[in-house]
Amino acid sequence: MVSVRSTTDWLYRYVVFPVGQMLIFIIGAGLVVSVLAYLLAFLFPEPRPNIILVDQINRQLPGMLIAGVSLGFVYAMIALGYTLVYGVLKFINFAHSEIFMFGSVIGFEVMRRLDDTGYMQGWNPILLVAFIVLWAMLLSGLLAVLIERIAYRPLRGAPRLVPLISAIGVSLFLTDAVRAFQAITRNEFNLTYPTIDLPWLKNPIPLAFGETTVNVRVTSIIIIVAAVLMLVAMNYFVNGTKLGKGIRAVSQDMSTASLMGINVNYMISLTFFVGGSFGGAAGALFGMNVGTVTPFVGFIPGIKAFTAAVLGGIGNVTGALLGGLALGMIESFLNGILVYFPALGQRYTDVFAFSVLILILIFRPSGLLGERVDEKV
Amino acid sequence: MTTLLELENVHTYYGHIHALKGVSLKVNQGEIVTLVGSNGAGKSTSLRTISGIVRARSGRIIFEGRDISTMRPHDVSALGIGHVPEGRRIFPLLTVRENIEIGAWNVTSRADISDRMEQMFVLFPRLKERLAQKGGTLSGGEQQMLAIARALMSAPRVLLLDEPSMGLAPVLVEGIFDIIQRINSEGTTVLLVEQNALMALEVAHRGYVLQTGSIALSDSAKALMNNEMVRKVYLGEN
Ligand SMILES: Nc1ncnc2c1ncn2[C@@H]1O[C@H](COP(=O)(O)OP(=O)(O)OP(=O)(O)O)[C@@H](O)[C@H]1O
Ligand SMILES: [Mg+2]
Repeated sequence: MVSVRSTTDWLYRYVVFPVGQMLIFIIGAGLVVSVLAYLLAFLFPEPRPNIILVDQINRQLPGMLIAGVSLGFVYAMIALGYTLVYGVLKFINFAHSEIFMFGSVIGFEVMRRLDDTGYMQGWNPILLVAFIVLWAMLLSGLLAVLIERIAYRPLRGAPRLVPLISAIGVSLFLTDAVRAFQAITRNEFNLTYPTIDLPWLKNPIPLAFGETTVNVRVTSIIIIVAAVLMLVAMNYFVNGTKLGKGIRAVSQDMSTASLMGINVNYMISLTFFVGGSFGGAAGALFGMNVGTVTPFVGFIPGIKAFTAAVLGGIGNVTGALLGGLALGMIESFLNGILVYFPALGQRYTDVFAFSVLILILIFRPSGLLGERVDEKV
Repeated sequence: MTTLLELENVHTYYGHIHALKGVSLKVNQGEIVTLVGSNGAGKSTSLRTISGIVRARSGRIIFEGRDISTMRPHDVSALGIGHVPEGRRIFPLLTVRENIEIGAWNVTSRADISDRMEQMFVLFPRLKERLAQKGGTLSGGEQQMLAIARALMSAPRVLLLDEPSMGLAPVLVEGIFDIIQRINSEGTTVLLVEQNALMALEVAHRGYVLQTGSIALSDSAKALMNNEMVRKVYLGEN
């Protein structure tokens, strides 16, 4: 039945197009940020004695780009959760940062338990990552569904600030619940992922860019590949499946969707599951990358991913991707460059990153890709 | 004649607003029944109560012998009640094709879906030319066609139509009413809400006049058209 034409059509729609879009966003964000970096080098050629900014940028550019992309994908995956839920309920799920945290803790628990069995070191690391991420997705998705059922659904008709406060409450509750659980079961809540003893995983890959070589961490590559696969799957789910169509219908007009025979509550649960599982996957990938996580690890990435979602246009799935990549790229560049300014340093990264965002939002309040400016929370 | 849908003394509230004050009406198999009345009389609320979008506080809604008054909208829809809401409510960011497909949400057979879609293109050839366009970019008349097609995709036993003529040019209104008669002659029972009482009574078999939440009059469409009060208040004669 599947004709050649419809197969190529399908490939274009669900593989070529979304991947191309990601590439364009990466190249675009990379270009904009590079131009800004060189502008800075032009304005402050020698921020410190004997430090020529242009040379530093030339040397670090490829590394900053790769780090920006992997950070950006993590933000994008979390941002999707905010944006999907906002799409259907017009509400910011502030507990989503704790879903991310939960995913990172689940990633640790699964890997730790596997390691305790003694077999983990023999596993194929790609399979291992997939196994851990799938567990994190499943449990985080279920947690998100449970949260909606208990803390948001009973408040559906209430004024908009009420579920928002409930979400903040859930967020604090989850942090403390995980902390208590870890304190009781492990006597500590700094959770360090076991490492895999493989040279090719541990040693960075040297990539030559002209005269400079960049050491690319394998985990960065794993994050990027996993994120690309998942985002392609997400695009297919939202735009290519019946359930995705149902979610879009519910997000545009809930009561009319119910007239079509769509069980709106079911679609909302599904949305929380999908958003939660992406947040959880991001958490597990993040955990494997940084090595150590805590029950408090969700707050900052959560806020940043939320910002990314708003930057891209909240409610807009493509916007979450663009916003995440833009934010990741800005942050990575600031991280690389601010060290050369004696009065500033890396810890001002967030101040600058958020200033850029505020500037963008002043000129585009509905976000980069947002079309409608509905009432905002 | 078998009764398909019946409202028995239905009361509906929005908070403290008592919108339906004991509405009773009946729709028989194969009929076009119209519900006319002025702004705020409770016409849309009657349809919304049938569909379960708002819940009746008391009274019964009987569809094919069972009380559906506490059912949720998607279950009511699955029983065979199609609803074209006031203002058409097209999904603006879904394509025309997706809007039509959404109407067949509970239809599992792909063959049925494509057959019905073909039937819709016969009824509304214009939609076929617009399949890839976003619903929000259609003209008012096209949106009305799409809203009707969308509701028909589930092959409902009864179709609830809320002011299909609203905001359309007179020529288009004629066309829509022709379509309603055609849908009915092909076997679908219709409950039609209209402010355009004259047109509605012309196509309907029977009618009810709703006044501030209660049924003021009910009769055959012909009799209502000749009723002095109806002529004065709803048909705009002096
Ligand atoms: N969501 C709502 N909240 C509060 N009151 C409502 C709501 N919807 C309708 N009402 C009130 O209920 C009454 C009936 O409204 P309804 O929409 O059913 O009237 P209608 O006959 O359809 O009028 P129209 O011809 O203008 O569409 C009106 O007094 C209206 O103000
Ligand atoms: Mg109305």
